[in-house]
Amino acid sequence: MARRIESGTTIVRFTFQDRTIEAQEGDTVAAALTAAGVRELRESVVSGSPRGIFCMMGTCFDCLVEVDGRTNVQACRTTVTEGMTVMPQKGGPAVEAGE
Amino acid sequence: MTHGTEKTADLVIVGGGIHGCSAAMFAAQRGLDVIVVEKDTVARHSSGVNAGGVRRLGRHFAEVPISQKSMEIWYDLPDMVEDDCGFQVAPQIKVAENAEELEKLAARARTLRGMGFEHEVILDHKEIREHLPAVADHVVGGLGSLTDGFAQPYQTTFAISRRARRDGARIFEGQTVTSVRKDGADWIVETAETRYRAPKVLNCAGAWAGKLAGSLGEHAPVEAVAPMMLVTARLPHFCDAVVGATGRPLSFKQMPNGTVVIGGGRRGRADTSDDLSEMLFPELRLTAETAMDLFPIMRGATIVRSWSGVEGRMPDDIPVIGMSGKHEGLYHAFGFSMHGFQMGPGVGSLMAELIATGATQAPIAPFSITRFA
Amino acid sequence: MTMMDSNTPHACDLAVIGAGPAGMAAAVTASKAGLSVVVLDEGEAPGGQIYRDIERTTPRRSAVLGEDYVAGGALAKALREADLTYLPRSTVWNISTERLIDFSRDGGSSQLQANYILVATGAVERPCPIPGWTKTGVTTVGALQILLKSAGIVEESAVLAGSGPLLWLVAKQMVDAGAPPVAVVETTPAGRMQAALPHLFGALKGHRYLSKGLKLLRAVKAAGVPVYSAATDLEVTGETAATGLRFTSKGKQHLVSANHIALHQGVVPNQQVTRMLRCEHRWDASQACFRPVTDARGLTSFENVYTAGDGAGIMGAVSAALQGRLAALDIATKLGKSAPERADRLEAALARDGAVRPFLEALYAPATAFVLPADGVTVCRCEEITAGAIREAVDLGAPGPNQVKSFLRTGMGPCQGRVCGLVVASIINERRKTQMDETGYFRIRPPLKPLQLSELANFKPLEKLEP
Repeated sequence: MARRIESGTTIVRFTFQDRTIEAQEGDTVAAALTAAGVRELRESVVSGSPRGIFCMMGTCFDCLVEVDGRTNVQACRTTVTEGMTVMPQKGGPAVEAGE
Repeated sequence: MTHGTEKTADLVIVGGGIHGCSAAMFAAQRGLDVIVVEKDTVARHSSGVNAGGVRRLGRHFAEVPISQKSMEIWYDLPDMVEDDCGFQVAPQIKVAENAEELEKLAARARTLRGMGFEHEVILDHKEIREHLPAVADHVVGGLGSLTDGFAQPYQTTFAISRRARRDGARIFEGQTVTSVRKDGADWIVETAETRYRAPKVLNCAGAWAGKLAGSLGEHAPVEAVAPMMLVTARLPHFCDAVVGATGRPLSFKQMPNGTVVIGGGRRGRADTSDDLSEMLFPELRLTAETAMDLFPIMRGATIVRSWSGVEGRMPDDIPVIGMSGKHEGLYHAFGFSMHGFQMGPGVGSLMAELIATGATQAPIAPFSITRFA
Repeated sequence: MTMMDSNTPHACDLAVIGAGPAGMAAAVTASKAGLSVVVLDEGEAPGGQIYRDIERTTPRRSAVLGEDYVAGGALAKALREADLTYLPRSTVWNISTERLIDFSRDGGSSQLQANYILVATGAVERPCPIPGWTKTGVTTVGALQILLKSAGIVEESAVLAGSGPLLWLVAKQMVDAGAPPVAVVETTPAGRMQAALPHLFGALKGHRYLSKGLKLLRAVKAAGVPVYSAATDLEVTGETAATGLRFTSKGKQHLVSANHIALHQGVVPNQQVTRMLRCEHRWDASQACFRPVTDARGLTSFENVYTAGDGAGIMGAVSAALQGRLAALDIATKLGKSAPERADRLEAALARDGAVRPFLEALYAPATAFVLPADGVTVCRCEEITAGAIREAVDLGAPGPNQVKSFLRTGMGPCQGRVCGLVVASIINERRKTQMDETGYFRIRPPLKPLQLSELANFKPLEKLEP
């Protein structure tokens, strides 16, 4: 499990799917979800297997999510704001099959 | 002789794009000994980099018979080359955004019927939504060619080149032709590496073909252009047809994997001296806007890639196909003006026929190079 | 949508892309020389990845991350205080041959005309394709460190596997953070020390790095972290989430249970910008990567485009800043400005700082299995293309990375080949028995980063180019 090495200052709340996540101010979406124990951010568009964070620096695009309705957002490059709505990235076979 | 090596054949084709490779395949199947000389790699430019539309819809009337013939080959092409080519039969549809545009399309369909071609049909408000459920509300109808299709350009051209090799054609990549000249009854095609000798030469050099023709005293004003395309990240499946617009340039297609390829008319910067092309994004603003106007779902789309390749365009937007007007044993097939992909197999087949037998039934007179003489 | 601030410049003497050590140092020096400078950086704050979130560090984080990290604070402060335009959250997505830069910021795109450009986009981690590396819970070692730098997060059950100085640095930082790794699995092949020894004498000039490295190693071992050496046949276990790492070390198979597996095989230049500009690149056999060809001051083959820092070849943060300053001095001189500092001193410092590199490169060159993975291993994570599929495409006749890309979609996904590129090129190269310079690399096309279609439609170019 991931944990913080110190308690933060300001708490920022956002939602991932139907879960409310408490982040620390300045966290990226990816960091906040990691701290909250969330590992699956989306499904691969090819095989449908779950994917999570990988590089944390904007290179690998594995952490794509939808933020406030906007698709293909890199969770590792997006700073959490209060009330943000984050969803796993859609697309790929599941959707093609007629979801 | 300064060259260490000379290779001889019945036919030397300059250019390893879809036209050169198709002609090589069909000529080899007719028993000719064929050599293809390609300065880069097979399908390096617009044959490997295009929207992949296998489209009869909306063609110049002079092209329609050849396009029809080519379409028949396309249906069998995957079997012929033993590769699915990513080819799928699908409707090609030009949408009309107002009554005036729809009437223009209807007039075209009537003219084609008069010529004896039935493949383009008018789709009304309801019919167009059966094919394009995600189309914007303001679209009033369209013109469709329902059994056209699309393919993966690189995969297709690569597969044709492999079939041609299996049929005996020799394809030499990475060799730039430095000169073409007559030597008695033969043509000599020189590259830095090798000298090729054959009684017949076919010029399929695309954007570079005008220079080749010019070196042999035949004027062909080929303009190098760089068609541009955008590719999106995968989207939920919403569109089976390949879509164009009537009043503004657009080519639009969702691939089976969910990505959407958007192109159509807007051109980047092409440079034949260094074989490079450059995307000009300001030119694509209207393309992006058109795609979003016609398919509201595209408002949430993300562009992940762009494509651009160097292509040859003629001033009258139709290709040069046929025999040289000046030289025995010289043939041309180039200048497809950004719509040659679908015609590749058809033109390859007719050029092979013309070269092997000396004649073809295909109506190629409008495409003679002599129109620029 | 936020549009650009009306007082954001539309033109500048020097545009610096990236605000890591090279970019920050170059921007500050250029601004001191009197150049108009714009810094475009993707981050929320200056620092790049090496000094990520340096301005937000806390005493606790600084203690864990160490003095080399804390040193970045001075550069960030200098950047903030310099007379220049710093544009964080700016993603450069295209650069024209006329050095017109298209960039996205806060949901809108605009253009900047630059006379000179310094590409300071740093490094990316070398891909580590092993069976199971796409499972959740598998990250790079760099990712673990970024979690620590940016959010003070540590993984309590992590195996660190791979090779290179960063592996040991992060292991030590995790020890200091009270979350020592479950194990360190070193993949540096046996016999590498002998290969590196001839470079040791040169490296002694850089003894500061050597002694630091040894200290890290000792500290991790002293903390009781199990260390496995010369490990091979790595495989992440677990259904879809990582449950452990299986590997062979000293002839014995091991399975270490952990729910986080962090991989590392060193870092390589991020080539995206210099490749897009078609700068000349050459294979560096010692660093096992492509790097742009530059002169001593960082000028690439593209007119007025410089590169400095790890993007020009891996030299580390200290050298990166020195290179940035040297490039800025060169540009200032070309623009007729007097130099605010002496280039010869920077060059001497650069030579001293780089002395350790040949030793490190020989010691930590990636093992073959990571460069040429077995057929069943996924190479392209985005499109899930295996090494075997790439070899088949080569056997069909696809002559290079671009044909393999067109054929298989390797490098066509959202990462645009950033992760798989070097491995794809290496596999093709090996299969065709050619040289890396001949095999080449993916052609990189804009947009450099995914761009919303709506943002393109609303794009405001500098000149009206209405058709």
